[in-house]
This record gives sequence, structure tokens and C-alpha cells, in this order.
Amino acid sequence: MSGKPYIREISKTTWFLSQPRYKRYMAREVTCIFIFAYTFLLIVALARLAQGPEAFQEFLNALRSPLGVLFNVAVLIATVYHSMSWFNVTPQAMPIQRGEEFVPGKIIVGAHYGAWAVVSLIILILGV
Amino acid sequence: MAKSNKPIFWGLFAAGGTVTAFVTPALVLVTLFAAMRFSPDLFTYQYLHAFAANWLGKLVIFGIILLSLWHAAHRLRVTVHDFGVRADTLVAYVVYGLAGLGTLLTIIYLLRI
Amino acid sequence: MSELQKRQIQLEVLRYNPETDTAPRYQTYSVPCLDEWVVLDALNYVKDHLDPTLSYRWSCHMAVCGSCGMMVNGEPKLACKAFIHEYADQIKVEPMANFPIERDLVTSVEDFITKLASVKPYLIPKEDKPISAGEFKQTPAELKKFKQYTLCINCMLCYAACPQYGLVPEFLGPAAISMAHRYNQDSRDGGRDQRQEVVASNEGVWECSFVGACSEVCPKHVDPAGALQQVKVASTIDWYKEHLMPWVTK
Repeated sequence: MSGKPYIREISKTTWFLSQPRYKRYMAREVTCIFIFAYTFLLIVALARLAQGPEAFQEFLNALRSPLGVLFNVAVLIATVYHSMSWFNVTPQAMPIQRGEEFVPGKIIVGAHYGAWAVVSLIILILGV
Repeated sequence: MAKSNKPIFWGLFAAGGTVTAFVTPALVLVTLFAAMRFSPDLFTYQYLHAFAANWLGKLVIFGIILLSLWHAAHRLRVTVHDFGVRADTLVAYVVYGLAGLGTLLTIIYLLRI
Repeated sequence: MSELQKRQIQLEVLRYNPETDTAPRYQTYSVPCLDEWVVLDALNYVKDHLDPTLSYRWSCHMAVCGSCGMMVNGEPKLACKAFIHEYADQIKVEPMANFPIERDLVTSVEDFITKLASVKPYLIPKEDKPISAGEFKQTPAELKKFKQYTLCINCMLCYAACPQYGLVPEFLGPAAISMAHRYNQDSRDGGRDQRQEVVASNEGVWECSFVGACSEVCPKHVDPAGALQQVKVASTIDWYKEHLMPWVTK
């Protein structure tokens, strides 16, 4: 071995720009910012709900501002991306072996999408 | 080498990731429809108060908020590191602190309903 | 060899001579390639006809030995599996990312070898059994459980693809952890507790953030990313058992 191997430095702040798969990964990771913010919106809704009808009406009025609508649209896009990226990797994280063979990944992913549709439908029926 | 304590947070992250993947998009649709006045009858004080007033409703709300908070907090810790911030301990205190605060507030507000 | 099948490829190679260079530099070779050639053939042509000083590792030329890992147009590839016909006329070849460069396309493997050895990648039988007691039997289902991980050829492409290994060099990394998982999953093995000391540490599986690049680049279609998530799930269950149910003996 030689005396001085050369070490290539990696930028700690821009490394993910070098490959499309790293960009997709970062897109998946930043969905957490939207989920965090949205959860705090739910907590605010709870607080206003606890304060009474007038306070809750104020919350609804604020939600109906253009900013409120825009925020919800942005969160919707982010959470759908999160859900898809989460379900798509479930066969890797939780493989199921039946007898000798592993259950095909498509079936595991498909089952998750099916359950997602059912859960979403129930929430929409309850909430809309 | 000592075993890591990250499993505490990773367990919540994984459970929360699964729960948010299933419920959050539909929840956002509900609030988006409310914001766009598509659902004048259901997204009301009376309806939501009644939902949150019984213990099962409280439990569902608490479960969803708790897991969403800790899922997002843990992923945010990793994401901040990915963007080049190396003060991991400080970041961990901040993000988990926010999740803890959110959890506490949720309990307080739910008990007041 | 008809002239029609030939294509003139501009092979842009990152070179580094530790005796004379302070930093790597690119050198371009014009190589007459046959369409069925792989990048390794082009490198061999350079070595034989254009520049005997070019250094790179290779051995089997059939994706078994795992020696010829390098970056081809920025993607971790085995040079023997990177077909010329899949590329444009200009191909950029660099040493594997995330590893120190020894010379030209040759990188240091010490870090990986140390890490691989640290997870005890061999069978540690549950109990000692005299040879007269016969073999350790295994059903086809038990074999299938870990078989894909045995296909790893230690080519290190997964380390070249892993941004977390690049950013945190202490990270144990994809191949070493999936090899630990391979033995943990083996019905004949009883060494998981020993491996967990390394695997379940902060520099072990917990540096992984499931980018998934390791599995995408694996030339043998092993799924290290999946193995690491399974290791996280198992380590998390361990942790909760140890701390919340200490009366449960392992």
C-alpha cells in the first residue's frame, strides 16, 4: 500500500444534489416538516375546541384564509408522498415467508394500498 | 461498543410512520374541505366536540397526534443531520422537546373537552 | 471483428499517482470498442495498447470475484457488468466513491475488511456438537430465509452508493450488517448476541437512514437496505424487552 491515499471530500450540505436517488430520498425526508406542522395545527384545533364554540369558529375562519387552504394543499402533497414511499418499502422491512417462499412484494404493497383506501374512505365518511 | 438507545425513538418513528401513512392524507383532505367550505355540516364545533368528548374518541385523537409528533420529530433529527448540521445532541433535544410539548398540550386539551 | 461493430469511445479516467500527484486528475483515452464489450474490456485495451501505467483491480470478468467495482458515469458498477452499448460515446470512470484512492482506480479496502470481520461473519453454533453426533440439519425454508444474503461478493458497491457511509465513515455499513443478518437468520447459528454488540451500537445499524441506494446498486440483487431495516426492527424489540420487561429472560 502506498503512503498517501487520496481522500475525496464530500460536501456535508449539498451531497444529495449529486444523484437523483438522493434527491428522492431527501424529498421523502422533508415530508416530516409538513407532518410536524400539520400535527401542531391539529393541536391548535383541539385547544380551540376545548375553549368553546366562539373560539372554534375563529379557528375555522383562520383555516378558511387563502394561507390556510394553501397550507393544507402543501401538506396533502407531502403526506401522499410520505404514504407512498412508506408503503412501497414495506416488503423490504417486513418480508413475510409462507412455507418456503417469500410472499411477493407486490402483494404486500398492494395490501397496504388497499387498507389505505379503506381507512381513508372511513375518515372521509366520518369527516366530510 | 455500547448498544444504542435510539430504539426508543425509532420504535415511535416506525409506528408513527405507519399510522401517518394510513390516516394523515385523509385527515388533511377533511381539513382542506373544511377550509374550502365543502363540508359545512360535519366539520363543526358540535360534531367534533362530541367526537372528542367520549373516551374512545380521545384515545384515537391522542394516538394519532402522539405518533405523528414522534415520527416527524425523529425523522427531522435525521434530516437536519442530512442538511449538514452536526450538533446532533442539541437537535435531538429541540425536536424531541417539541414532540414532548405537543404530547403534553394534547393531553391537557383533551382533558378539558 | 468487422469494422462496423466498432465504436470509438472517449474513456475519461480519474487518475492518481501517490508518488507524484497532490490531487487526482482526469485523463481521456480514445478506445476502439466492440459493442459487446464491457467497461473492463475498454480498460484492458488501454492497459495493453495505450498506457501500461493505468492501475485497476480485476480478476474474474464475470461478476463473481467483486474486484472491479468503480464509478461509471457516477454510478457504482462492476466494470465487468457495465456494457458499452448502454452508454454514449463518452464514458467517465472513477474509483469507487467514499473510499480513499490508493492509485488510479484502486481504492483502500482495509476499512471494509475490518468492519466485516467485526460482525463475526461465520457460523457460531448454538452448542458444541461432536462430529459423531452428525450434521446440523436445515430445511429448505430455513435456507431460503437467509439465502439471498449469501450471494454478496464483498464488492463494496453498496458502500460507494451509501451517502451515510460517505458522511460518517465510522458507520458499519450495508454489506457488513446484512452479512451479520445473514448469520443471525441462520437456524444453525447462535451468535446473534455477540454480533449485536457491534451491530446495535450507534455506529452500527443506527447510522442508516434507509436511503436504499445500497440495494439499487447491488450487482448480485442482494437487498442490504431491507436487511438493515429488519435488524432495526429486531434491535428495537430487544430494547423494549430489555428496558420495559426486564423480567423476560432472553
